[in-house]
Amino acid sequence: MNRIEQKLQEDKKILSIYFSAGYPNLNDTVQIIQDLEKSGIDMIEIGLPFSDPLADGPTIQASSTTALENGMGSEILFEQLKDIRKTVSIPLVIMGYFNPMLQYGVEAFCAKCAEIGIDGLIIPDLPVDVYADEYKATFDKYGLINVFLITPQTSDERIRFIDSVSNGFIYMVSSASVTGSSAGFGSTQEDYFKRIADLNLKNPQIVGFGINNAETFKQATQYAKGAIIGSAFITHLKENGSSKIADFVKAIR
Amino acid sequence: MSYNVDEKGYYGQFGGAYIPEMLYPNVEELRQQYLKITAEPEFKAEFDQLLKDYVGRPSPLYFAKRLSEKYNTKIYLKREDLNHTGAHKINNTIGQILVAKKLGKKRIIAETGAGQHGVATATVCALMGLECIVYMGEIDIQRQAPNVARMKMLGATVRAALSGSRTLKDATNEAIRDWINNPVDTHYIIGSAIGPHPYPDMVTRFQSVISEEIKWQLKEKEGRENPDYVIACIGGGSNAAGTYYHFLHEPEVGIIAVEAAGKGIHSGHSAATSKLGKVGIIHGCKTLLMQTPDGQITEPYSISAGLDYPGVGPMHAHLAETGRAEFFSVTDDDAMKAGLELCKLEGIIPAIESSHALAVLNDKKFKPEDVVVISLSGRGDKDLNTYIDHFNF
Ligand SMILES: Cc1ncc(COP(=O)(O)O)c(C=O)c1O
Repeated sequence: MNRIEQKLQEDKKILSIYFSAGYPNLNDTVQIIQDLEKSGIDMIEIGLPFSDPLADGPTIQASSTTALENGMGSEILFEQLKDIRKTVSIPLVIMGYFNPMLQYGVEAFCAKCAEIGIDGLIIPDLPVDVYADEYKATFDKYGLINVFLITPQTSDERIRFIDSVSNGFIYMVSSASVTGSSAGFGSTQEDYFKRIADLNLKNPQIVGFGINNAETFKQATQYAKGAIIGSAFITHLKENGSSKIADFVKAIR
Repeated sequence: MSYNVDEKGYYGQFGGAYIPEMLYPNVEELRQQYLKITAEPEFKAEFDQLLKDYVGRPSPLYFAKRLSEKYNTKIYLKREDLNHTGAHKINNTIGQILVAKKLGKKRIIAETGAGQHGVATATVCALMGLECIVYMGEIDIQRQAPNVARMKMLGATVRAALSGSRTLKDATNEAIRDWINNPVDTHYIIGSAIGPHPYPDMVTRFQSVISEEIKWQLKEKEGRENPDYVIACIGGGSNAAGTYYHFLHEPEVGIIAVEAAGKGIHSGHSAATSKLGKVGIIHGCKTLLMQTPDGQITEPYSISAGLDYPGVGPMHAHLAETGRAEFFSVTDDDAMKAGLELCKLEGIIPAIESSHALAVLNDKKFKPEDVVVISLSGRGDKDLNTYIDHFNF
């Protein structure tokens, strides 16, 4: 069984962290992953930076730009992660846009992920229909889970289709926004969280976008299996460097 | 072979809709509706009437006598420069604003580089009384001050794109992010034959009035509908798509596409995507684009802000791959010279984008009896400062 599926079977709410690989410094990637695991994080999304991240707000755009300026890229990320499974055992997911993977070669990219011990991918601009037709067989061959997004605007019918193509979990975008909005969750989100919970999907849902403190984490996981924090963690890295990761995690749960 | 879009939204291997799920409902709504809406008699009547009375169509097909003498061939100029707002861009914005109204949208967003598409969008929003927000790279805002002022006078809000290289590509990213943040009441008017399906096809259809007119105009003047060649410049490729559209499947018509070589194709300062690009994904579309080996999109360069885009529309990527179109790349210097030559020979000051198309007359030899139609996509008023700086007037 894939590490993601195993983790999701545990009787607890999942706290997952996203950060941009190569940020704040090129060679911080491995240390940050190790510190996050030590701090009790359940799963990590390692951001492969892209020049034109359409679905990201200013915080992640800026960390991606810095990471690219630092020299981060597919080849270097794989090199940094080649021994990661000697020290880290929680699920690791690479989150990135499709073009860098396409240039690397989708099959070669998947093969490399499998070799290193990456468990899944999140590719916001690879539509589920294209994935199902052209790439699912390759992902399956290498035992990789590809995670899809749903939003408050996604129809029930499409959610059921996405659920049928997915394994692992469904990434539930909290509101109609790019990453990093900090408006908090109101009754609109609560209704949406409930509506999705009531669909009784085969895959558990993990909420992302706009989770930035203990309160939003708690709200998001009232109905869902877990939550992902991105921009708030990157802001923490920006302000504190990579030294006080445990403090950040403690403040969430 | 078909050069039109197929039912899945592709031109050969190019096209599709590589968009985040957040955009799916909007793009899907458009995909399901655009053919239906634009086929309604009511829509067609309003579109045609606005093109006639408001834009000033048909635009003349002008026989350029002195230019023809100089190059010893028969050259016609399709005068999109005479349209209201000074370029072909308005054909598309009129069409899309009518679609947006049909879809019940209240708020319009757009991206712009040189400001021509921004002005054309602000114009139709004023015409229809809709809110208009135009994203423009911070650097372009500085370079194109008169068009920024025009948009403001027309009631639009101009928002600076501060991310990345702060030019057209980043303005497009910001417009897409706005659409993600405003998924219900907003329509995004893309300004070229780019973006996720159905945009390239929808924009092409609105611009196809250019070649539709060329056919009957040429019939009147030459006794035949088909020229020997059609020539257009390509940024994203909307004036080119419109100029080619009704000739794509007429094999006797040669199709010539002109990209900006900037300071030279291999100078590191160029926008010659068909020569430098590789297959990739940009702004929701699989096409040729300029990128690093690692798949990061690179910053193009051209003296003409309208050609300064790191990709080409998927239709043009397909025309390049199949060899249906012949691609040329023209440097800044050669384009500027060709622009000045048109001023002197014909009394027409062209947009620098269009000057790139004119410059092909020096690169390709046509026969005296050939009928060559060049898309004069816009007028040069917006470019006066660039002309002044370049020639030290
Ligand atoms: C006059 C003119 N011609 C051509 C272009 C290039 O756009 P496209 O390739 O979509 O025709 C522009 C874009 O701003 C323009 O203003």
